[in-house]
Amino acid sequence: METIIDIQHLSKSFGTHEVLKDVNFSVKKGEVVCVIGSSGSGKSTLLRCINLLETPSGGEIFYKGKNILTNKQNLNTFRTHLGMVFQQFNLFNNCDVLSNCVLGQTKVLKRSKDEAKEVAMRYLKVVGMDRYLNARPSQLSGGQKQRVAIARALSMQPDALLFDEPTSALDPEMVGEVLKVMKELAKSGLTMIIVTHEMEFAREVSDRIVFMDKGVIVEDDTPDEVFNNPKHERTKAFLNRALK
Amino acid sequence: MSLEWFINIITNNWPMFLRGAWMTLVISTIGTIIGALIGLIIGVINTIPKGNGGAKKWLLKIINAILTIYVEFFRGTPMIVQAMVVYYGSDLLFGIDMNRTFAAIFIVSINTGAYMAEIVRGGIMSIEQGQFEAARAIGMNHWQTMIHVVLPQVMRNILPATGNQYVMNIKDTSVLNVIGVTELFFQTKSIAGNNFRYFESFFVACLIYLVMTIIVTQILRFFERKLSGNANYQILDDATFIRRPEQAK
Repeated sequence: METIIDIQHLSKSFGTHEVLKDVNFSVKKGEVVCVIGSSGSGKSTLLRCINLLETPSGGEIFYKGKNILTNKQNLNTFRTHLGMVFQQFNLFNNCDVLSNCVLGQTKVLKRSKDEAKEVAMRYLKVVGMDRYLNARPSQLSGGQKQRVAIARALSMQPDALLFDEPTSALDPEMVGEVLKVMKELAKSGLTMIIVTHEMEFAREVSDRIVFMDKGVIVEDDTPDEVFNNPKHERTKAFLNRALK
Repeated sequence: MSLEWFINIITNNWPMFLRGAWMTLVISTIGTIIGALIGLIIGVINTIPKGNGGAKKWLLKIINAILTIYVEFFRGTPMIVQAMVVYYGSDLLFGIDMNRTFAAIFIVSINTGAYMAEIVRGGIMSIEQGQFEAARAIGMNHWQTMIHVVLPQVMRNILPATGNQYVMNIKDTSVLNVIGVTELFFQTKSIAGNNFRYFESFFVACLIYLVMTIIVTQILRFFERKLSGNANYQILDDATFIRRPEQAK
């Protein structure tokens, strides 16, 4: 399988605080990778470095073999290949549901309005939000917003989708509807990198689990190995706390 | 003082009052619109990413310095003084004999621009970082982010402050009588100079100003409500899709 993202010796510091230390990690096409770890372990920073919302302090990031850190003029084109779903949804507040999914397609991908609407409708149907086309973000519940945000990312038809704690800002009863959509996407063969605290979900959907602690990847293995047979003390300690 | 005098003044001078009020409205309206545009442009220039590149960074630094001087100068001096300096200065220094109305619109515009630049800056700062990030994450560049995502939200947020500026402009154009602009205050002064009824004449002017500002405020409220969008949305059912197949595609 083709490698979509390959990260080598990635480091990131905010001032003197080193958040990521020599991180090596790659994702192949069709893989679903969950990144777990306690708060402050650098999971979100890692994810945000992948599409350069944060500029890495060192290391390289390859997208389909191309080094994107030395090739920054194509940054915006590169970003269209990676969708991002945020913890705080970040739907465009000035747009209704349909326009949220259309805007990037028409302005960045230069698709025609009709084509963009057709694509948007297809993915809004996937996330079950196709009946709320003219609702504004402020009128939707958290779970609905996040499903629209997923549809917005899918509408760009990216090679991979990055999820930054997509359910952490949701009320407990809304977590299920978002995870259900994500499970279906995982089954459909979409490449996904998911930062999450939902352990059961991670175990169920992942092809691989990456456990991070204090800015380094401690363990990178199949869910079965990580959950049932963790090799490191730190992983064991975290899982003990997280699975309680 | 008597009611007769009010009626006399109005019946004898209503064309002058109207012309003055019209001039006041024209100057303050055009001045507010141009000023708001200046403010928006400055606000957007202030948000251009500085980047690492040498030439672009220096150019931006110089532009920002000039803009800071502009804002500080026009916010820090009274408009009545600016009017004198611009109107007589343009003649003395550059030999330009400015049309008075043009001079008036010019002064109100750049004065409003200086205030609006700050209002817009605050408006852009009030937009959550997540909106910028979401736009960048789908591949939008700085200008696309600004035009399609940030500025529409900024405009809605700054509308009350802009309306406030507009109302202030309607009142403050009265200082432009010092350069002989025939706005409402100037006209009233002429009327009162003829009939020596200062209180009654200016009381009429007072009411006209009040009517103008109240009407403008109400119009702006209407726009605010319009811009905040429909309070309801429609949940589309299958029947809607059948009736409107263009949306079901």
